[in-house]
Amino acid sequence: MELTRRNALALGAGAFAATLLPLPALATPEATQEAIAALTGGADMGEGGITLTAPEIAENGNTVPISVDAPGATEITILASANPDPKVITFKFGPLAGAQSASTRIRLAGTQDVIAVAKMADGSFVKASSAVKVTIGGCGG
Amino acid sequence: MASGVKPRVKVPKTAAAGDVITIKTLISHKMESGRRKDKKGELIPREIINRFTCEFNGQSVLEVILEPAVSTNPYFEFQAKVPESGEFKFTWYDDDGSVYDTSKSIKVS
Amino acid sequence: MIFSSLKKTMGLASIAALALGAVVARAEQAPKDATLVINGDTKLVTHVKPPSYIPGLSDAYSGWRFRATETQALETDDFDNPGMIFVDQAKDTWNAVDGTEGKSCASCHGAPEESMKGVRASYPKWDPAMGKVATIEMEVNNCRTTRMGAKAWKYTGKDMTDMSALITLQSRGMPVDVAVNGPAKSTWEHGKEMYYTRTGQLELSCASCHEDHYGDLIRAEILSQGQINGFPTYRLKNGKLNSIHARFKGCVRDTRAETYKPGSADFVALELYVASRGNGLSVEGPSVRN
Repeated sequence: MELTRRNALALGAGAFAATLLPLPALATPEATQEAIAALTGGADMGEGGITLTAPEIAENGNTVPISVDAPGATEITILASANPDPKVITFKFGPLAGAQSASTRIRLAGTQDVIAVAKMADGSFVKASSAVKVTIGGCGG
Repeated sequence: MASGVKPRVKVPKTAAAGDVITIKTLISHKMESGRRKDKKGELIPREIINRFTCEFNGQSVLEVILEPAVSTNPYFEFQAKVPESGEFKFTWYDDDGSVYDTSKSIKVS
Repeated sequence: MIFSSLKKTMGLASIAALALGAVVARAEQAPKDATLVINGDTKLVTHVKPPSYIPGLSDAYSGWRFRATETQALETDDFDNPGMIFVDQAKDTWNAVDGTEGKSCASCHGAPEESMKGVRASYPKWDPAMGKVATIEMEVNNCRTTRMGAKAWKYTGKDMTDMSALITLQSRGMPVDVAVNGPAKSTWEHGKEMYYTRTGQLELSCASCHEDHYGDLIRAEILSQGQINGFPTYRLKNGKLNSIHARFKGCVRDTRAETYKPGSADFVALELYVASRGNGLSVEGPSVRN
């Protein structure tokens, strides 16, 4: 492509645009896998028996309501695959837990998969994942 | 101790023995993640609630390990079994060593 | 920050075009047809026909109607509403002695549930003693300084905003009803002029977005009408209660115009006018927004 001033500007704008958003260093897929491996000891994870509820589009990444339910689990960990640190929260259910479920509100740095890993009473693991779009608002204020 | 930290819990006043009830908890806490920068460009140190426990008459209902990705003013909703009358004790642990707690009684008919 | 970098590569006219282009994008949805009921028993009016002196709007909608389902849900329960914990904090402040006179708010005003009932719904209003239109914040600071011998609170600070939420709560469910005639008239006219005057680098007025394009997308956010019946509001964006003038200040700044000072006569006038655009909508306070 001929490097006219118009082209150079367009290229520059594109490169510029990529650096404009003050994105933090995001978690790599490796970091997320490592965090999961630390939980499971590398064991395989089943699907099913765990429900993760998260909005399809989060109106603001600062406060995203989520809930998770895994009947029979001893603990559930939530991870955000593209946050600077993938670990978000761990719920450990005691003998007087009425259900192995919990709701909370989390921070998501950008559009990503939210992952829930439940450790079951027999030591096995199950996982669920939910894609959440995190939008950039129009007007701050 | 972080300032302006106030816990708030919602527990039904009564229940039948063996009921499962819904509990909601909130605590006003900034949850400073440690990744924000101040006006000078320096990192604001992390200061979050890192742990929450709920016990009933001394037995564990729920324990939560929190990371900086939990939103400001941490909120939890969860279920508890109520075998008998007694007291729910809620405790939040701050990075800076502070401990905040509150309790709520429940009467079983 | 983004704009200054863009400016280097694109030039001013292009930025304005980009901004306007972003605003003009048609929305995929009109205001949600949902009903706001708080705590299962308090039904709020989120849609009315505006009064005749607001000819620019055929319908007045509360900002609640424009938000995502999950955000809307947060306002339906006083426990789920994170703003309510700050109302609790304000209750403690209400009962605490402050200042040289050894008084608390309660010393004169008793319980806020009684003394403050309906107050927010009619503010801002002409205060004969002050000789001007007053906001709730002005009344609070007036009380603090002249009657309690206490220091004035920062107009948009946490103490004031939390207290404003406590006072606002006592009007929840009541229709906004600010007077636009009588001694307040010239203030109202000034607010109206500000609302419709294009200013700043982007040549935008409040009406450019909030009257001409409510319901449309601005980037990925759905524009509301900029009503203030829900203020102070807990914003998910900053995890705290936000006051009217703080929001005005940010909004004006975001249109790349010289913004105004919270508590200034300009913002008091604008608040009166904007409140009147929502006359008839229920006071929601404190509300939850994005």
